[in-house]
Amino acid sequence: MSTSSPNLASAVEALIGASRVLSDRAQRAIYAVDDMVPSVVAKPSSAEEAAEIVRFAAREKLALIPYGARTKLRVGMPPSRYDIALDMTALNQIPHYDPGDLTLSVDAGTSVAKVNAHLLEHNQFLPLLVPWYSLSTVGGAIASGIDSPLRQSYGTARDFLIGAEFIDGTGKLCKSGGRVVKNVTGYDLHKLLIGSLGTLAVITRLNFRTFPAPVSSRGFVASFASAENALALRRSIVESPLNPLTLDILSPSLAQIFAEKTPATPEVAVFRGENGAGPPDSNPSALPPIGDWFRAHEWQLCAAFAGAPEVLERYARDLTRFARESHATSTAILDDSTRPSLWGRLRETFPMLLEASSAATIFKIGVLPSQLASLLASVQKIAGQVELPHMLVVRAVGTIYFALLPASANDETTARLAQAASQIIQSTSAVGGDTTLLFAPPALKPSLCAPDGSVSPRLNTLDTGSSDLLLMRAACAPDVSAGPRLKSAFDPHNIFVPGRLI
Amino acid sequence: MYSGLIREFEDLLGPSSVLYRPEDLLLYEYDGSIEKGRPNVVVFPTTTEHVSRIVKLSAEHHFPIVGRGAGTGLSGGALARTGGVMLVFARMNRIFELDVENQRATVQPGVVNYELTRAAEAHGLYFAPDPSSWKSCTIGGNVAENAGGPHTLAYGVTTNHVTALEVVLPDGEVLRVGSTHGDAPGYDLTGLFVGSEGTLALVTEITVKLSRKPEAVKTLLAIFESVDDAADTVVDITARAITPAACEMLDGWTLRAVEDYIHAGFPTDSAAVLLIEVEGLAETVAAQAAAITEVCHAHRAREVRLARDNAERNLLWKGRKNAFGALGRLAPSNYVLDGVIPRSKLPQALRRIRQIGDQYGFQIGNIFHAGDGNLHPIVLFDPRDKKQFERALQAAAEIIRHCVEIGGALTGEHGVGMEKSELMPLLFSDADFALMRRVHDAFNPDSSLNPGKIFPLSKGCGEIRVRHSSSSRLRVD
Repeated sequence: MSTSSPNLASAVEALIGASRVLSDRAQRAIYAVDDMVPSVVAKPSSAEEAAEIVRFAAREKLALIPYGARTKLRVGMPPSRYDIALDMTALNQIPHYDPGDLTLSVDAGTSVAKVNAHLLEHNQFLPLLVPWYSLSTVGGAIASGIDSPLRQSYGTARDFLIGAEFIDGTGKLCKSGGRVVKNVTGYDLHKLLIGSLGTLAVITRLNFRTFPAPVSSRGFVASFASAENALALRRSIVESPLNPLTLDILSPSLAQIFAEKTPATPEVAVFRGENGAGPPDSNPSALPPIGDWFRAHEWQLCAAFAGAPEVLERYARDLTRFARESHATSTAILDDSTRPSLWGRLRETFPMLLEASSAATIFKIGVLPSQLASLLASVQKIAGQVELPHMLVVRAVGTIYFALLPASANDETTARLAQAASQIIQSTSAVGGDTTLLFAPPALKPSLCAPDGSVSPRLNTLDTGSSDLLLMRAACAPDVSAGPRLKSAFDPHNIFVPGRLI
Repeated sequence: MYSGLIREFEDLLGPSSVLYRPEDLLLYEYDGSIEKGRPNVVVFPTTTEHVSRIVKLSAEHHFPIVGRGAGTGLSGGALARTGGVMLVFARMNRIFELDVENQRATVQPGVVNYELTRAAEAHGLYFAPDPSSWKSCTIGGNVAENAGGPHTLAYGVTTNHVTALEVVLPDGEVLRVGSTHGDAPGYDLTGLFVGSEGTLALVTEITVKLSRKPEAVKTLLAIFESVDDAADTVVDITARAITPAACEMLDGWTLRAVEDYIHAGFPTDSAAVLLIEVEGLAETVAAQAAAITEVCHAHRAREVRLARDNAERNLLWKGRKNAFGALGRLAPSNYVLDGVIPRSKLPQALRRIRQIGDQYGFQIGNIFHAGDGNLHPIVLFDPRDKKQFERALQAAAEIIRHCVEIGGALTGEHGVGMEKSELMPLLFSDADFALMRRVHDAFNPDSSLNPGKIFPLSKGCGEIRVRHSSSSRLRVD
């Protein structure tokens, strides 16, 4: 449905009031997903109002997409139906925070930056440093399942999300977990929400454990003539007693983007004393440029670490020595004031890539560390064969973000992207890895999943030629449909973003 | 009525892998809890194919199935509440792969927790979850219950260390979820299955992360003249955002019992001790130990001892891990509770437990994972004295209710099982149960797998109910 249905808009207005409903075409267009525009936008002011709308959608069999700040809408398959946009940003309170217990309960529509500004008053933080950081909501960060450079030391959301409240597909308010750091009461349903892209439930509230904010931190950068040498240093670090906060390897072309560009999203500091961006309560400003730490045309390994002065000294000493042993061509230690300019860019890598090319196609590749070297060689070779510029970052223990960056989006480049994508999927699969297509031009996504170019219901059964491509691989054998089973348990009427994941 | 099935099992597994005589079954009607439930047949598969066949045969005969590791569970999770077929995974105990470079191990569910750490130790690696029963409990059981342990304070519970599973569904279908690398796309089914207490699927293969042994470890024993001071110390350590690897509390009554038995070096004239461990870089550990010592003294610790060597450290931990056994010498039976609370509420929770003990006439000991608010009050009782037993259950229910009242949950690491199914409405609404039930039915539609666990047996929820179920021990009156 691409035009507004006046009846639908007035029905939703009757539920939550006209002031909370947008039906104007231009307003609705802001909520378009892969060129599909909703018929109506609802902005509930409470979880109960949101539940009203979900119950209405369930009765009328209308398709609904929940929203935070709309920063990661390009992740996922094009929806097969889309009627109602449910904007959750009016649910933006922090109903519970116990600094002494390091636990937090926050409404889904609250921005991560606001949460962290609040936590920082108690020298704590939530290690959810997702891209579009100054805008992203907590609910969107969880639903998108996007990680952050800090996963190296704090893990992903599944390691610190301790409970959730959400609306299931029947319009009932449900919960799982709790507000305690250790809990085995009932099924861990909240874990299923991570990366579910809104397909299981409308998240209304999330409970987290919080962490002490690093008092003092440093950055480390080493340059290398080859990816192999950078990976050798990565391995030395992982096998040492060191436990850095972040550990990322940048390809030469990505390092160049970092050196030349500034992310368009405004910057806010995460930790106190990050002078690069001013204190967290000040007005957001642009991220300052990075220093001349990178040697041009080389691979870069970037690590951050934190602790007392003697700990910082130990890290600096050991990292520099390991780097020398791995044939680094240069190394640098970055202090509190300069480190954020680089880590802000690491966090904002996706927005920077998407700004660099309107047809940027970004894959997430999960693989065992032992396969990193051969897979890096494979994906770069594939990019060369289709003659598309590429950039990549190897994050933490074995996640590669690989981007192909055509100068423009047209049929010809889409065909080359599709060819590269299927080869990347094959190469990854051959070494036991998994490929997820995160960002792609709308035309590319369906062409990858179904041979006939349509968004195929065959996705549900995973029997397409590219069954390892999974936007939506619900992690199961081809003859089993555990994902769809779970989807219908949460959403029996299939109203939550049909087609997006399942 | 099981004779046909028994023959089929014997054909599949051989006669030595099938038990059905009453005297043989007796051992399997208990676990580490105070619950009971006798299976009709016990089988010992060695392969996934066996498990799948057993499940299919049982389904043909409409018999319920329950999986069991070492039977050390503390909530009745591995008991045959409604009889039927029990699959004991003890003989599925192979370590398929120990991948040192990638820090992964792939194991069968019957591998004993400690055996995996022993196998990995030579490479400087270990399996982090360490329940007190680690020398006998199995990794399959750890996965089913999402087991914890003292060191999960810093390193997380079982679910944080599992990256992939192979499971058998109640219709015999074999399913693989997750990925070895731990970053599988799609719904986090691994996260759902871990801790589902054997009610969704039988786990037949597990891939876990192995952790790197720390460079330095320091073990501190802080001795207090009052339980309140010890509890305040824990609150303060947490509030100052110091995260030790472990932070355990033993109250004076408990540690005297332990000391008589283990001779771990606990001071028998104190009111409480904290056993605190810090791990990591030598530089970090030194600073953390100093900061913790300072906090202890700020709360009137009589003494803070630093274990001099590994022998002393091991002895202290032996005292902690064998404490429940030590208490077994004091009464015919003991009931180890498991509740979890916000850590800032620790002092008030301990005071309330003492009150409840006084009210019901029990000396209730406390030996628990203080650092993550995971309480383990222990009620000693004589099960032959029916009235006393009934009072013990009432006291237990009241303690758990208090945990919920102050923002906690029913169980931190032992699971709901049979023990707490009737208490679930304290936390969950009709809508919550309806969704959990639909998720349950998506995998286990006929409740043939581990029936009578987690979900309340009684109908209707929301209101706290009175004594519905005669087969359930804990309830809220």
